[in-house]
Amino acid sequence: MDVHDYSVKVGGEAGQGINTIASILSRSFADQGLHLFAYQDYYSRVRGGHNFYQVRTATYPVYTFSDNLEVLVALDKASLDLHAGELSPGGVIIYDKALEVETPGDNALPLPMAALGKEHGGKEVMGNSVAAGAAWQIMGGDQAVLEQTLGRLFQKKGSAVAEANLKAARAGADYANKNFSGQCNCRLQKGSRNKSLVLTGNEALALGALAAGCRFISSYPMTPASGVMQYMARQTHRLPLAYEQAEDEIAAINMSIGAANAGARAMVATSGGGFSLMVEGLSLAGMNETPLVIVLGQRPGPATGMATRTEQGDLLFALHAGSGEFPRAIFAPRTAEEAFWVATHAFNTAEKYQVPVFLMSDQHLADAYYTVEPFDLNEVVIDRGLIMSEDELAQIDTYDRYKITESGISPRAFMGQGSKCVMVPGNEHMESGYSTEDPVVRTTMQDKRMRKHKALAKEVKAPDSYGANNPDTILLTWGSSYGACREAVDKANRQGGKWQVVSFPQLWPFPGKETMRLIEKAGKLISVEMNSTGQLGRLLRVETGKQPDMAVLKYDGRPMNAAYVLRQIETGGVNPWM
Amino acid sequence: MDVDVKDFNLDREITWCPGCGNFAIMDTLKNTLAGLGLSPHHVLVVAGIGQAGKMGQHMRANTLHVLHGRLLPVATGAGLVNDSLKVLAIGGDGDGYAEGGNHLIHAARRNIDITYMVHNNMIYGLTKGQASPTSEKSIKTPTTPQGNPLEGLNPVALLLGLKASFVARSFAGDKEQLGTILEKAIQKPGFAFIDILQQCPSFNKLNTFRWFKERVYDINEEGHDPSNLEEAFSLAQQWGEKIPTGIFFDDPNPRPVFREAVMGEMGSSVLSTDINPLDIKEIMEEHL
Repeated sequence: MDVHDYSVKVGGEAGQGINTIASILSRSFADQGLHLFAYQDYYSRVRGGHNFYQVRTATYPVYTFSDNLEVLVALDKASLDLHAGELSPGGVIIYDKALEVETPGDNALPLPMAALGKEHGGKEVMGNSVAAGAAWQIMGGDQAVLEQTLGRLFQKKGSAVAEANLKAARAGADYANKNFSGQCNCRLQKGSRNKSLVLTGNEALALGALAAGCRFISSYPMTPASGVMQYMARQTHRLPLAYEQAEDEIAAINMSIGAANAGARAMVATSGGGFSLMVEGLSLAGMNETPLVIVLGQRPGPATGMATRTEQGDLLFALHAGSGEFPRAIFAPRTAEEAFWVATHAFNTAEKYQVPVFLMSDQHLADAYYTVEPFDLNEVVIDRGLIMSEDELAQIDTYDRYKITESGISPRAFMGQGSKCVMVPGNEHMESGYSTEDPVVRTTMQDKRMRKHKALAKEVKAPDSYGANNPDTILLTWGSSYGACREAVDKANRQGGKWQVVSFPQLWPFPGKETMRLIEKAGKLISVEMNSTGQLGRLLRVETGKQPDMAVLKYDGRPMNAAYVLRQIETGGVNPWM
Repeated sequence: MDVDVKDFNLDREITWCPGCGNFAIMDTLKNTLAGLGLSPHHVLVVAGIGQAGKMGQHMRANTLHVLHGRLLPVATGAGLVNDSLKVLAIGGDGDGYAEGGNHLIHAARRNIDITYMVHNNMIYGLTKGQASPTSEKSIKTPTTPQGNPLEGLNPVALLLGLKASFVARSFAGDKEQLGTILEKAIQKPGFAFIDILQQCPSFNKLNTFRWFKERVYDINEEGHDPSNLEEAFSLAQQWGEKIPTGIFFDDPNPRPVFREAVMGEMGSSVLSTDINPLDIKEIMEEHL
């Protein structure tokens, strides 16, 4: 089988330009009509350290990295030491000639990056485009596509800069032509895709929030969620959007609660530590029934943990956070494409049911680049739920913000937009919003709020299955781990297996019945998660009584891929629920 | 527009102790709002936790009765997106100076367009008499049984240090002065701060109505010019035998109000523009 599925790794110190090289290659793959998954492995430091970018391209969708490595671009010696051994047989090394290291074999090109950059682009920093040009040439890419990509990428910096980068890339390609005598396994084809968007999980989430008409975001910077607020902060001059960097996460969530009650679609974005500070505000939103979207970009904890690494360790935290009992919804997009659509849906859910809604991602999804078909914006649904019109408000004596209804949902009115006052409390309250300690009213109000959980459950996004029909093995997963599971299932099925992955775009309310329908006949049920305690498996057991037969877990901060999942299953996995 | 002060009355039981300074503050606030022609449904009271925070339950207006110390962030979010509301934040000394201290600093820095009233009775009332950040040194309370080891916080000096746009102190026992200051504060664009000294007849037996009454004097009547920040600083150091009240600082060249500063020309369109997903087409296509 002719497998067109190649990976390039670009390694170096922070600040050396690996991002530039990786983004030139990524954009070029996309422009050649191919699918892309590019992820960055970086340390929590601004300069130095060893970082790398791994860019994977294929003729079919890919959602995580692979074990193959066809080309290594090494900007420092550490990249050679650490990654040369990862190359697939016949892999090519392109390394900076200025490193003056012993040549790492025949299939290698020492490339005078800075020198060629200065000679042809006018500056040593143009060495990045030299490297991209050489790599593209060796992989057999279409030169016209690369040149078009460079022109577009550097256009923002002026035509002189774009021209200089173009010349540098050509110099890199020429140099590779003349000096590389080895063989590369890559034969880059033209893909069949139309022009696709290249964006990260964070960017897709932010774009979804903007499409949904998010009007307010307040946050405090925290990796890996900062990208969401930064993306939105850049749009305030061209969209009706208010943004504030709060003094802390406590302020952030309370600002959003204020904005939501004043009529705006509002959100916050944070990671586990910051969310810990938001828990008090979350509980307030539960009591005063504020629609609020919370982006929770997970990274390893406890405490500061590992800032730039990935994990799925906060599922049960998000589910149980907050004093008291109140309804909520938890969504966990599996891919960047889904992140966009789930974000738009999250705002509708928040306003329709007047509850806090989580959008859980993780560093792997948040920072990785994906290719996505342009979103059909006409398909975005806006549903703001029950809202009193000014006429309706004019016809009543007083407005009861917390009117008891069968569904538990009380029609909202926005402050200052009608002739009636809106009373929003943090205490237990009567229909008017006036506080009370009456035991009967308390019970009635708690029941009213919890009826919304039942309503939410009726509209839950069910898990879906991918892979063989009538499977004997089912991988159960959520969030970005879907990518590794999907590919593991493909590989197992190619070798005659009957595997399926069942995965969850929404984890709360838990779709118990829908899940059981999918998994009841599984011979073997395996929970695959990026944490150490098997939180999804635990949730499944609590909600359905069914416990997975084993778990594949990973909690070293690095993402998983198909090969890891298959190896773990082969060796029996673990059982964290004993 | 004519507004009747009675419009602000809510027909509910008031739970403050007899003799509490809050009665005078609430009456004065209602009169001031009515005098300015502001209808209750155009006013938003964001109230904290404590006896002062009960203002959010005792008068008719839009109210957000929020968590302890969090009234300023909530007021910031509401005020930023909705410019049809006159936003007041009302809380006590524990709420604003202890639990909410960080928010106070940044709200003043941001110059959000709100009036922040701190009912400062120098004690915790709702939780029954514990020391607050403004409690006097040596006062005995359930949490300082050997006497408070700390000096009280000086909120007026703190806010002057932050160069808040409007900094004043008043006394619940002087409704005339309080009304005058409130009227100016509410009309001031940007962050207007008023520390309101008040008695707590139930729990503060040291700083009583009489204690305040004998000490307060009006700095503006004695010639202080509110544009003079340096003199304001110097007056703010006084405490004890004489307690200065009045408008310490009313910035003649205030910073831009936060909404304008962060949102510029898009500022007033946040709620007035209908949601249209196609508005993001251009932004999406930057990823092509």
